[in-house]
Amino acid sequence: MKPKALFLSAFVGAILIASSGGVMPAHAQTKTLVVGTASVLRHVNPALQAAPVNQVGAQIFASPLRFDKDWNPQPYLAQSWSFQDDGKSLLLRLVPDATFHDGRPITSEDVAFSIMAIKALHPFNTMLAPVERVDTPSPTLAIIRLKHEYPALLLALSPALCPILPKHIYGDGQDLRTHPRNVDRPIGSGPYRLTAFEPAQHVTLEKYPGFFIKDRPKIDKLVFRVIPDPVVQMLEMERGNVHMMVGIMTAAQVDQAAKVPKISVIEKGGDAIGPVGWLEFNLRRKPYDDVRVRRAIAYAIDKDFIVKNLHRGASQVATGPIANGSPFYSDRVEKYKLDLDKSNRLLDEAGLKRNPQGTRFVMNIDYQPGIPDNYMVIAHYLRSQLRKVGVDVSVRVSPDFPTWAKRVSNWEHETTVSGAFMWGDPSIGVHRTWVSSNIRQGVIFSNTQGYSNPTVDAMLAEATQQRDLTKRKAIYAGFQKILADDVPVAFTHVWSRRWAVNKDLTDLPLGIWGTVVPLDQIDFKR
Amino acid sequence: MPYLIILFRRITQAVGLLFAVAILNFSLIHMAPGDIVSTLVGEMGGASPETIAQLRKSFGLDLSFPEQLWIYLKHVAQGDLGTSVYYNQPVISLILDRVPATGLLVMTALVLSLTVGTTLGVLSARYPRSWLAAAVNVLSLFGFAAPVFWSGLMLLLLFASVIPIMPAGGFYDIVNGGTGWRKALDIAHHLVLPATSLALIFLALYSRLSRASMLEVMGSDYVRTARAKGLRESTVLFKHALRNALIPVVTVAGMQFSAMLAGAVLVEAVFTWPGLGQLAFESILRRDNQLLLGILMLSAVLVTVGNLLTDLLYRMIDPRIQIDA
Repeated sequence: MKPKALFLSAFVGAILIASSGGVMPAHAQTKTLVVGTASVLRHVNPALQAAPVNQVGAQIFASPLRFDKDWNPQPYLAQSWSFQDDGKSLLLRLVPDATFHDGRPITSEDVAFSIMAIKALHPFNTMLAPVERVDTPSPTLAIIRLKHEYPALLLALSPALCPILPKHIYGDGQDLRTHPRNVDRPIGSGPYRLTAFEPAQHVTLEKYPGFFIKDRPKIDKLVFRVIPDPVVQMLEMERGNVHMMVGIMTAAQVDQAAKVPKISVIEKGGDAIGPVGWLEFNLRRKPYDDVRVRRAIAYAIDKDFIVKNLHRGASQVATGPIANGSPFYSDRVEKYKLDLDKSNRLLDEAGLKRNPQGTRFVMNIDYQPGIPDNYMVIAHYLRSQLRKVGVDVSVRVSPDFPTWAKRVSNWEHETTVSGAFMWGDPSIGVHRTWVSSNIRQGVIFSNTQGYSNPTVDAMLAEATQQRDLTKRKAIYAGFQKILADDVPVAFTHVWSRRWAVNKDLTDLPLGIWGTVVPLDQIDFKR
Repeated sequence: MPYLIILFRRITQAVGLLFAVAILNFSLIHMAPGDIVSTLVGEMGGASPETIAQLRKSFGLDLSFPEQLWIYLKHVAQGDLGTSVYYNQPVISLILDRVPATGLLVMTALVLSLTVGTTLGVLSARYPRSWLAAAVNVLSLFGFAAPVFWSGLMLLLLFASVIPIMPAGGFYDIVNGGTGWRKALDIAHHLVLPATSLALIFLALYSRLSRASMLEVMGSDYVRTARAKGLRESTVLFKHALRNALIPVVTVAGMQFSAMLAGAVLVEAVFTWPGLGQLAFESILRRDNQLLLGILMLSAVLVTVGNLLTDLLYRMIDPRIQIDA
C-alpha cells in the first residue's frame, strides 16, 4: 500500500473507531446496574473487615437481620428472633429453605461458625466480644449466648457487619484471613453471586436465582466499576454509563451533579455509618493539656463556615462524638458557637499572652489524607482563622495514609484533623476513641489523643450493657455533655450521607445503612 | 570485537547494575514512614495491638533491616519477587496481569510519537519557512509546556464530555464490551485518548530533534553528492538524509523509554487505565513494598534492555559505529 493510501486508511479507521458508539450496544437485554466506586478491593469477605469490602460483600453474603429507615430490625436470614435469659441469649430462627450459591442449605452451624469467626478476626474486636458461644439445637435455630446483656448485638448482625459464611467452604481448616475463596469463587447466600473480580477495574455479580426471598433481586447483573478520579466518576454518571455512586461525594461532585438533569443527589439513608470529623488535641502536650486552651480553640473555629463554605453544604455541624442521625444523639451540649472574644479571654486566662508580633503560640496541625476537601481544607482554613486569636498554625502534610497513621498512632502529633465512623451502635464505632483502655501506642483509630476520664469509662461500660433504651439514651446524653465540656477534640462536622443516583432508578436503599445493604429491591423505572 | 562477546559483557554489566538497583530500591522504600500494616488497619477502621503485631510478624516486618534485605535479595536471585501483602497474591502474577495494558499504552504512544514526530520533523526541515514548520514549532512548544496529566484531563473533558465520542476511562467497556474483534475494537477505542496524551510530549521532542538533525544532515556533503547524482528528492530525503538523522532520535528514544514509563503512571491514573503505572502508584500509597519493588525491578530491567537494544540498533543504522567504543 502506498504511504498516502496507508495514511488515509489509518485516518478513516481512527474516525470509525472514535465515532463507533456502535462498538457498544446502547441497551443490553439484561437489566444491568453499574455502581461507581473509588475503592479497590483486596477480597470480598466482610467477616474480615467492614469498609470498603462490605459494600460488595453484602450482595454476596446474607446476614441474620437487616434494618429499616427507623432503626427497626427486619427479618433476613433469621425469620424471627427474641432475647431470652434476661437478655443474655438471642434466639435466631432461620428461614427454612434458604440455600448458599452452591445449593447447600444454610444451617445454624453456618451461623455459629460465622459469628465465632467474626468475633475472632474482625478488626472491630469489641463488636462481638460479649458473645460467649453459639448453640445449635436444630438446623434452623441458633442461640447466641452472651456474657452479659448487649443491646448492640442486633445491629452487629446487619449485612454490613455479619456475613453468614458456609462452614463447608470457609471452615475447611485454612486460615480465613488468606482463604482463597475470599477472592476466587466466593460462596454466600446473598442476592448476587460473583462472576468476575478484577480489583483494579470491576467486580461483576449476577442474580442468584435461588435467593431465598421470592422475586428478588430485580436486577440481573450488578457491576461495581472502579473509578478513582472524582471528575471521571461524575462524567460517567452524566453519560449514563454509571447509574449510582457510592462513597462520600466531594463538594465539587455535588455541585457538578446538581447541573445534570438525569442525576439526583440523595440526602437520605446511611445514618448508622455516622462519620464525624474533628480537630484532635494530643493531650500529652502543652498547651493542649489545659482545657481552657482547648475550649478557646473550639470557640475560635467557625463550624458554620466549614460546612457552608468549605464543604459547600456537603456536611453538617457536629456537636459531639455521635452523629446526628443516631437515636443516641443529643444536642444538649455546649456547641462552641464562634466567639473570638471568649476565645481570646480563655487564652489570656491560660497565661498564653501575645508577643509583640501578636502571636501566643505555634500550633502544628496534621490532617488525615484522603478526600482533599474533607480534612485538608479544614487544616488550611485553621491557619488563617486561628491567627485571629494569636495562634500561629503550621500545617504538616502527610503524603499518604501510612505516613499520617505512623505520626498519629505514635503520638508524634500536636493536633490533627481527622474523624471516625460510628458503624451502627456507639459501642461498635464510638467508644474506641474515648475509653482510656484503648490508649494504645502504635494503633491508629484508637484513643490517640490520650483522653482519660474514669466517669466516661464507667458510663460507656454501662451503656454497652444497658438494654433499657431510655436509660441508654440518658447515659449517652451525659457522655456527650462531658465530652463537650472536656474538649479532647473540637468537633467540626458530620459528613453528609449524600450519594448520586440516576433518576431512572427506583426503590433506592434509604435505610440506616444507606447503600451498604443488599441491593435486592432497587430497580429501573422502565 | 565479536558481537557475542560484547553482548555477554553488556549483559554481565546489566546484571550487576540490576543488583545495585535492587539494594537501592529496597533501602529507599524502607526509609519511608509507615508500612502496609498501617494501610490495612486504616482501611479496616482499626485493630488491636495484638492483631497489628501478628500482622507485622506474618509479613516479616518485625525483622531487622539487614535481615529483610538479605531475604529479599535471596528471593530475587532465585527469580522470586515475593507476594503482595495487600492482594495476597504473587507479585509476578499481579505484574503480568498488568503488563499487557501498560505495554499496549507505551508501545502505541512510542510508535505514535516516533512516526508522527519524525515525519513532522522531516517535513518542517524540508520546508523550513512553511506554515507546517510554524505549526510544528507551536506543537512542540505545547507538548513541552503541557504536563501530561493536564493534557490528559483536557482531552478527557473535550472528547468525553463536550464532544462525547470517547470513553471516559477504563480499558474496555465492562458491561457491553463484547468478545473477540469487538473487544479488540473496544480496547482500541479506549486507547485513543491515553495513548495520545502520553505521545504528545514525546511527539514534540522527536519532531524538534529530527528537525534539527535533518537540518544538519541536509547541509552535509553526501546529501549534496546524492542530489548531484540526480537522485529523486524523496530518495535523498528518506534514504540518505533520514537514515543518518535518525541516530540521535533513536538514542533519545532509548533513553526516554523510562520517562515514558513514568509518564504512563500519570496517564493511567487519569484514564483509569489498569496498567503497571496505576499499580505502582497504588502500591506506593499503600506501602505494598514487595509489589512496588517488583514493579521497580521490572522497570529497571526494561530500561536496561532498552538501552542495550539502542546500542545494538546504532550498529544496524550505521555500521561505521563501533559498538565497543
